[in-house]
Amino acid sequence: MNLLFYISALVAILATGMVVTRKNIVHALLYLVVSLLAISLVFFVIGAPFIAALEVIVYAGAIMVLFLFAIMVLNLGKETTEQEKQWLSPAAWVGPALLALILAIEIVFLITQGQPAASVGLVVDPKTVAIALFGPYVLGVEIASFLLLAGLVGAYHLGRKDTPAAQCNCEGDRS
Amino acid sequence: MASVPMEHGLIFAGILFSMGFLGVLARRNIIFILMSIEVMLNAAGMAFVIAASRWGQPDGQIMFIFILAMAAAEVSVGLTLIIRLYQRFHTLDTDAASLLRG
Repeated sequence: MNLLFYISALVAILATGMVVTRKNIVHALLYLVVSLLAISLVFFVIGAPFIAALEVIVYAGAIMVLFLFAIMVLNLGKETTEQEKQWLSPAAWVGPALLALILAIEIVFLITQGQPAASVGLVVDPKTVAIALFGPYVLGVEIASFLLLAGLVGAYHLGRKDTPAAQCNCEGDRS
Repeated sequence: MASVPMEHGLIFAGILFSMGFLGVLARRNIIFILMSIEVMLNAAGMAFVIAASRWGQPDGQIMFIFILAMAAAEVSVGLTLIIRLYQRFHTLDTDAASLLRG
């Protein structure tokens, strides 16, 4: 189990290093997904299974898809068609695939070992987290929901189409 | 049971955080900067979770849940701002938006 922690940490560090050095945004995004999956495995190994699931669902699932949508909406011009050819080359996906394969082998090892609850640190199960979250921390939950609502309204307000009146205020900048 | 020392987990979180910080400082593409901020938030949350597993208390994991909600709100607003920036300046270079006047 100790070894699993260090392998996952190494995969996460390698993938994060690739994230900050890639030139292509989508490649960096692929590596970021691998990095988040590796961090999720680290969470599982050190005894936080609920947080590991949240990491996969919210970070690797929702937030990364949001990034991908934004990149697609930007539609960065003519070079995207040439990039499309490059994306089909093995060099684009073999790195993330190898790192993800290491993680998959670790997960298979964890499952076949037959005792998924045996982890390195002290296990804090989801029930304890939920009791604390909706007990002493319930005010924080309410504030977090307000924050998410404010994020929703803010994103909607910023992302709206410009009305003609608004365009008149900055006619020089728009083309 | 042999366990990972907390120091190793914290060193790991520190390395991740510094990599994200390096990305924020070194890159000029604003999408990369936002991704690096995500990495930094994640590393900070990881330090909380490692501390939670060290003492067997749920408080660190709850902190991570709050960080997660904050990151989701931040990313939605940040990506919208990036789209507006690109519509306006037709570039993702942060230096293009160095002036505050609209």
